[in-house]
Amino acid sequence: MKRKDFLYLSGMGMGALLLPDLSAFGNPIDPLQALEGGVDAKIKKELADVALNAAKAKGATYADIRIGRYLNQFVATREKRVQGVANTESYGVGVRVLANGCWGFAATNKVSKEDIAKAAEQAVAVAKANSKIQGEPVQLAKQKGYGEVSWKTPLEINAFEVPVKEKVDLLLQVNDIAMQNGASFVNSVIFAVNEQKFFASTDGSYIDQDVHRIYPSFNVTRIDRASGKFQTRSSLSSPMGMGYEYMHARPEDKVTGVVTRYKGRYDMLEDAKAAALDATEKVKAKSVEPGKYDLVLDPSHLWLTIHESVGHPTELDRVLGYEANYAGTSFLTLDKWRSKKFKFGSDKVNVIADKTQVGSLGAVGYDDEGVKCKKWDIIKDGVLVNYQAIRDQAHIIGLEESQGCCYAQGWDDVQFQRMPNISLQAGKDKLSVDDMIKNVEKGIYIIGNGSFSIDQQRYNFQFGGQTFYEIKNGKIAGMLNDVAYQSNTQEFWNSCSAICDQSDYRLGGSFNDGKGQPSQSSAVSHGSATTRFNGVNVINTARKI
Amino acid sequence: MAILSKEEAQAILKKVLSYSKADACEISLSGSDGGNIRYARNAVSTAGQISTMDLAVSSTFGKKTGTATINEFDDASLQKVVKRSEELAMLAPENPEYMPPLEPQTYQESKTYNEKTAAITPDTRAEMVAKSLSVSKSASLEAAGFLENSTRFRSIMNSKGLFAYNKGTNVSFSVTVRNQQGTGSGYIEQDFNDLDKMDTLALSKIAASKANGSAGAKAIEPGKYTVILEPLAASDMLGNMFRGFDARSADEGRSFMSKKGGGTRLGEQLFSENVNIYSDPTNADVPSATWSGDGIPVKRTQWVEKGVIKNLSYSRYWASQKGVQPLPFNSSIVLEGGNQSLEDLIKSTEKGILVTRFWYIRFVDPQTLLLTGLTRDGTFYIENGEIKFPVKNFRFNESPVIMLNNVEALGKPVRTGSGMIPPMKIRDFTFTSLSDAV
Repeated sequence: MKRKDFLYLSGMGMGALLLPDLSAFGNPIDPLQALEGGVDAKIKKELADVALNAAKAKGATYADIRIGRYLNQFVATREKRVQGVANTESYGVGVRVLANGCWGFAATNKVSKEDIAKAAEQAVAVAKANSKIQGEPVQLAKQKGYGEVSWKTPLEINAFEVPVKEKVDLLLQVNDIAMQNGASFVNSVIFAVNEQKFFASTDGSYIDQDVHRIYPSFNVTRIDRASGKFQTRSSLSSPMGMGYEYMHARPEDKVTGVVTRYKGRYDMLEDAKAAALDATEKVKAKSVEPGKYDLVLDPSHLWLTIHESVGHPTELDRVLGYEANYAGTSFLTLDKWRSKKFKFGSDKVNVIADKTQVGSLGAVGYDDEGVKCKKWDIIKDGVLVNYQAIRDQAHIIGLEESQGCCYAQGWDDVQFQRMPNISLQAGKDKLSVDDMIKNVEKGIYIIGNGSFSIDQQRYNFQFGGQTFYEIKNGKIAGMLNDVAYQSNTQEFWNSCSAICDQSDYRLGGSFNDGKGQPSQSSAVSHGSATTRFNGVNVINTARKI
Repeated sequence: MAILSKEEAQAILKKVLSYSKADACEISLSGSDGGNIRYARNAVSTAGQISTMDLAVSSTFGKKTGTATINEFDDASLQKVVKRSEELAMLAPENPEYMPPLEPQTYQESKTYNEKTAAITPDTRAEMVAKSLSVSKSASLEAAGFLENSTRFRSIMNSKGLFAYNKGTNVSFSVTVRNQQGTGSGYIEQDFNDLDKMDTLALSKIAASKANGSAGAKAIEPGKYTVILEPLAASDMLGNMFRGFDARSADEGRSFMSKKGGGTRLGEQLFSENVNIYSDPTNADVPSATWSGDGIPVKRTQWVEKGVIKNLSYSRYWASQKGVQPLPFNSSIVLEGGNQSLEDLIKSTEKGILVTRFWYIRFVDPQTLLLTGLTRDGTFYIENGEIKFPVKNFRFNESPVIMLNNVEALGKPVRTGSGMIPPMKIRDFTFTSLSDAV
């Protein structure tokens, strides 16, 4: 079972299935064990040198090693009951080499000099075997060695140091508040991740990193037995690259309006009450009249549209065809980029890739092939200007060096190109959400992400949401139900007519973005301010069975 | 060696159990051995060989359970994992839904293991991929695919004396073949327990023929159409429905199986009369383990008969609350059909759309099981019993429950994923927009 399924199950409230098989995450451990320091960086350097030397001795022209300790903690509850508490650890070594112009990879959970050397030799053997059916040899962009360096997620409170009891108490309180305010069922989860990664390569880098992420979430269900109808409302939290301080909201983190939304910190209790009230209102809300509407999309919703329609099609491996058999390819082909005038969106649309953004899920000091992280333009004034690349792809788009987008979900998975944080820049002119809504005659204001689906080249998509508010002549006119919008990526982004200013900018994100075969999961953030799109096709999703 | 025999597994489990001091103890020991090759742009991109074995111990005091796992098997490690699970149990909150271990059970013989599949080597995989690549290269097409095989065992034992063991093999293959202009794309995927049934050459030819046949697709208006779903497309839709055959969520009022006013729709006619669905772990075409993860025997179960819901699955806890026998769900699903081939279904269609597969299916409304997604890798227009031309991909918004009420004809079931699914002819299938994706 992968992380994604775990979240799905906990979100669906399938209590009997929890806690599921956690072996995919690593070995369950005592909570206190997670606080024990890992192996000292000096010892890791010695182990790394064993791998690099063994690989070179067998004929590798390049080698890198990742010594990784991956910690996860889940606390899951349902109504008045703790469904499960799990701490897992996964520790081991992955060695990647280039030999005969071809990649080879091998991994072992036996972290001894002898076993690491053996893994390095295996990786070279795999590379040599595959080189017989390889087309063009791998071209690796130059990368300077950084020597011995380190990086750590800037955090105030390590989530693993917060007692499990405190988390359980909070979640049970969340459930209690939701139930008191009309929820029929509620599930809540706190998920914490710590990646302790040591990377070394034959370029002369020894990089020690300590990466933290946190994701609190819940799902409230309201049932109306008489009509047989039910509605749900999920939390408006965001997974973040932070410590437990995310759970301590300050007044300045709250964005008020139809419902409170959150910036750098989250108030789970407040959101639980709002969710129960929203779910109750949703049961009675009127069904949407299908047609064209101007959409006002909150950042808690828009992040997913950005992820699917901008993030994925600008992944260079998809553009080149490496994902053709699984996730698909991309409509943003190289000729469109080379033309320097492919109008992806309206002039207002500026999208950047940024692996350095503080608090984001993708923020690290260096990627999983030893490249220092950076920030660059993807869409500039509506025009496609760049992609997301790693070392063996950089030359294809004329770059001298990698953009630092390489990631592996664990020590036993081979690293490959993954999405950096991809964010829509806030509007340059002062504009509040209220002022944006004032100018909308017939529209829908959407909060929170819901159902999502997009084709394999990222043209046609359909998105739902958590709550939908009708806008009539510049005013909010109550809640709507059964809303989904369908559009074409290029048409949609060209219909972008206004973006609120920086004061409304917030991050959303995906804790478990899947790609590759065998599939790997990665975490990525997407920032935006509230944005308006004109004349988008809205369908009614109500059916009778 | 990651694959233990029944006797070897039993010996380790007995030893682990002898270290237990808890009120109740449940242990599982599992392992897998396997490898994969991934290729794209007509060349291998990555390859791997993975072997793992894990032991998990759950110890319970009263209603407090702790679980620990380990991947080392010396006596000291085995003692340590038992002790750690007992320490975690002491720290754990009480679980009001805790169920004590099951008494020993008897199980049917399993058919999941195949000697030839277990003997697959990296060379076997390379040869199988080379066959696939020969098809795309000789036809100036581009292939991207994934081949994976595994041998797995799983065994459980508990302090009441229950012991269960299963060993199985699997080989799975999928390939996408595209033309060089990027205007045509075809796909196929197939799973088997038995290597002899897997023909990567023949399968790749089907994908290549779809790649050529789907080039130059025309746009036709979205709307309601009669569709012929190839088994893969039908399976994509139905997989999302089976998850809803859960009694608890139905009883709780949050499932399409919930009844207005309370209760479930067990016994109601929910689908067309020609819909019959059962699962059988001993079916030779789609075998699965004959016991569920918690040790309950899995037997042939009728889920739908002549469109009527005959059974819902019950966990041990929910069954105890409702005074019924626990009933696990099982992946060896058989949707019964007739003897007609896909071609027969096409011949009998005046006007319709042939769908190879669906893609990116997501729930839109859990209440009605409304799903959205798109057609992919070969969608064709049928007129007067013949495929006339390829059409652009559609987005659909449709519920499998509505779909199974609109069944015109069912063909002969074939192995699709872990089930036996027929090609299906469905009327009034709802396509809501067009996609330019190829």
